[in-house]
Amino acid sequence: MNVKNYARFEIMSVPENVALARSCVAALVSQLNCTLEDLEEIKLVVSEAVSNCIIHGYEHRRDGKISILVTIYDNHTVEITISDFGKGIEDLDKALQPSFSTDPARMGLGMTFMKSFMDEMEVNSVPNEGTSVRLRRSFLIGDQEAYA
Amino acid sequence: MDVEYKQVRNTLVVRIKGELDMLVAGKIRQDIDRRLEEYHIKNLILNLEKVSFIDSSGLGVILGRYKKITAVEGRMFIVGARRPVEKILHFSGINKLIPMYRSEQDIINI
Repeated sequence: MNVKNYARFEIMSVPENVALARSCVAALVSQLNCTLEDLEEIKLVVSEAVSNCIIHGYEHRRDGKISILVTIYDNHTVEITISDFGKGIEDLDKALQPSFSTDPARMGLGMTFMKSFMDEMEVNSVPNEGTSVRLRRSFLIGDQEAYA
Repeated sequence: MDVEYKQVRNTLVVRIKGELDMLVAGKIRQDIDRRLEEYHIKNLILNLEKVSFIDSSGLGVILGRYKKITAVEGRMFIVGARRPVEKILHFSGINKLIPMYRSEQDIINI
């Protein structure tokens, strides 16, 4: 499995950048053989991950830094890592439970969307250092095998 | 994000255009809630025909308004949701709480 392409970028933790992040990631992922529906799902998970950084990592502070790394591998796989350097998550197991939310306005669906629409999700967090979510999804190859 | 409000008796029609994420969720929530209180609105029709994207922040706005409307024994409808928005509404189960129709006309006809 070799890297075919990658992009790394950094954004400020402002709500205006959520749309920017999801559009940039989707533009890169569109280089894979995926459908428009797949791209919509990628946009959704990026939106959730970046919103989490702003809302939870930085508690709406606008001067935080969010780092995004998108890697495309030659086996039609994309890996997206979204990291903040904010307050971190005290109880990760609890945060990963379906519908757990410290922000009732978002229904606790963010993590559920990420888990549902990606093949793999890994969250690493250190209190007062930050949180990083790594998301991975394969296109085409996985589907072909599934239907073989 | 562009939002149009129309009131017909005690029903508020909200037509949203654009992407419904955390950037606009707070403002729309406040604007709808202010109208619900000021004009004693009982029923809410949310027209999502021109919404091209929704995430959990947007879903939160919808569910929060649903709770307010049901608290005053009103009715809420979602109108015109297209893919990918429609898919997310189904995935979240909101379609089981709030009836979804193709057009505003369809609600008038029921």
